[in-house]
Amino acid sequence: MSETIKFFLKKFLTVCLDILPIIVVIAFFQLFVLRAPFPNLQEALFGVFLVVLGLFIFIQGLESALFPIGEKMANQFAMKGNAFWVIAFGFALGFSTTIAEPALTIIAQKAGKLAADAGAIKKEAASIDNYVLGLRLSVAFSVGLAIALGVLRIIKGWSLVKLIIGGYCFVVFLTYFAPINIIGIAYDSGGITTSTITVPLVAALGIGLATAIRGRSPVLDGFGLIALASLNPVMFVMMYGIAIHGIR
Amino acid sequence: MQVLIDSLLGTVKDILPILFVIGFFQTVALKQKIPNLPRIAFGMILVIVGLSVFLVGLEKGVFPVGIEMANQLSGSKFTGVPAEVSGAASVAVDAAKYLWVYVFAFLIGFSTTLAEPALIAVALKAREISTGAISPWGLRIAVALGVAIGIALGTYRIVVGTPLYVYIISGYIFLVIQTYFSPKLFIPLAYDCGGVTTSTVTVPLVAALGIGLATNVPGRSPLIDGFGLIAFASLFPMITVLGYAKIAEIISNRGVTK
Repeated sequence: MSETIKFFLKKFLTVCLDILPIIVVIAFFQLFVLRAPFPNLQEALFGVFLVVLGLFIFIQGLESALFPIGEKMANQFAMKGNAFWVIAFGFALGFSTTIAEPALTIIAQKAGKLAADAGAIKKEAASIDNYVLGLRLSVAFSVGLAIALGVLRIIKGWSLVKLIIGGYCFVVFLTYFAPINIIGIAYDSGGITTSTITVPLVAALGIGLATAIRGRSPVLDGFGLIALASLNPVMFVMMYGIAIHGIR
Repeated sequence: MQVLIDSLLGTVKDILPILFVIGFFQTVALKQKIPNLPRIAFGMILVIVGLSVFLVGLEKGVFPVGIEMANQLSGSKFTGVPAEVSGAASVAVDAAKYLWVYVFAFLIGFSTTLAEPALIAVALKAREISTGAISPWGLRIAVALGVAIGIALGTYRIVVGTPLYVYIISGYIFLVIQTYFSPKLFIPLAYDCGGVTTSTVTVPLVAALGIGLATNVPGRSPLIDGFGLIAFASLFPMITVLGYAKIAEIISNRGVTK
């Protein structure tokens, strides 16, 4: 029993360690730079408590259920040698894990509220919800597509660098046409999506696939799925912006 | 309590696609039963409950803290910049008055990245590939510096109001040129470092900092200028990691020729 308690305590401390640097930096600023107590300290502390507790339970669930089965499936598909199913699985994995990604959920909500405040969309609950859902779906769809493309790349042995550079060129092209109020969100969406749920599962698929196919190195080819997954959303969110606000 | 219930319902909907994907691909494509079903079901309940509580925490705790730090460090009380600008909408802002914002952004970027568990795993892998030329600590510091410089520069951009794409596109061009001269084995790793390094807690905090800052600086719009910090935080680590790999390569080559 004490082993289990030790195990959970260790996990809990790991989560606390995630928050610790933020608390240290903020405490330093309150004490030495601002020289004032933090405003609404109690509420903030309660929020931080919820973050630690929620993250702890969440990661526990991911590690005991989702990651083992996801990694096992990724390996099985990689070994199966059926290109259609691996690509389909790659797309589905990218899409479904991105929809669940918490950082994307919260930032899309804030973006919706800001867009309504700025008058870019109607200030009604329904139109804000639609905008938020549209953002999240564009990002999820683009991550799915990125993983499918990345899997195809590993199978065919295409150069990652060329794909990425081609993608950057398309980003530049789209930036010229995209409405000004979507560009910031679009550029950010790449970094937001690749997070807690998506990264471990997608990395498992990439490394499994690169190991299974002869002539591929897990290092050179296994990585790179994440790189595509953080590039694609930038384009798709800009296209979403063009679709709803029109060309600049 | 109502907030938690709403969050719970939303989370169930968000998790459904994953459940569907696992169920569908297991039964239709792999033609297998789902192994350890009770264990997985229990784990999924943990995921849903944990994610709901976490999201409420982000909404009530992390996001307001980011906004509050921006308010304190860029508010007119601390900087002496008048909050309301009369006359022309675009007014020259004295960027030096916001020095502490850049320092704060730098420190948050540096410290959270250094403590990021995902990065530790990547760093160990990098040592393996480079047969020791890249030390895990060296890589972690390179990435942390990249994130720190990125976020600090991003806050500076919000203050002066240069369009985001000017910075990001020049950064990408620099990265492309740099890639051409970099050791090949490290390119995919460096590219991945961009996305992996910002955790689920840091991303909302940094986003909130940007939005709060753009709200406070006269003449900036939170929707147009407030975003972009995450993009900076993903771009710069790629540059610093490729730079570090190049330096490590030069040093180890020099050792060989001696």
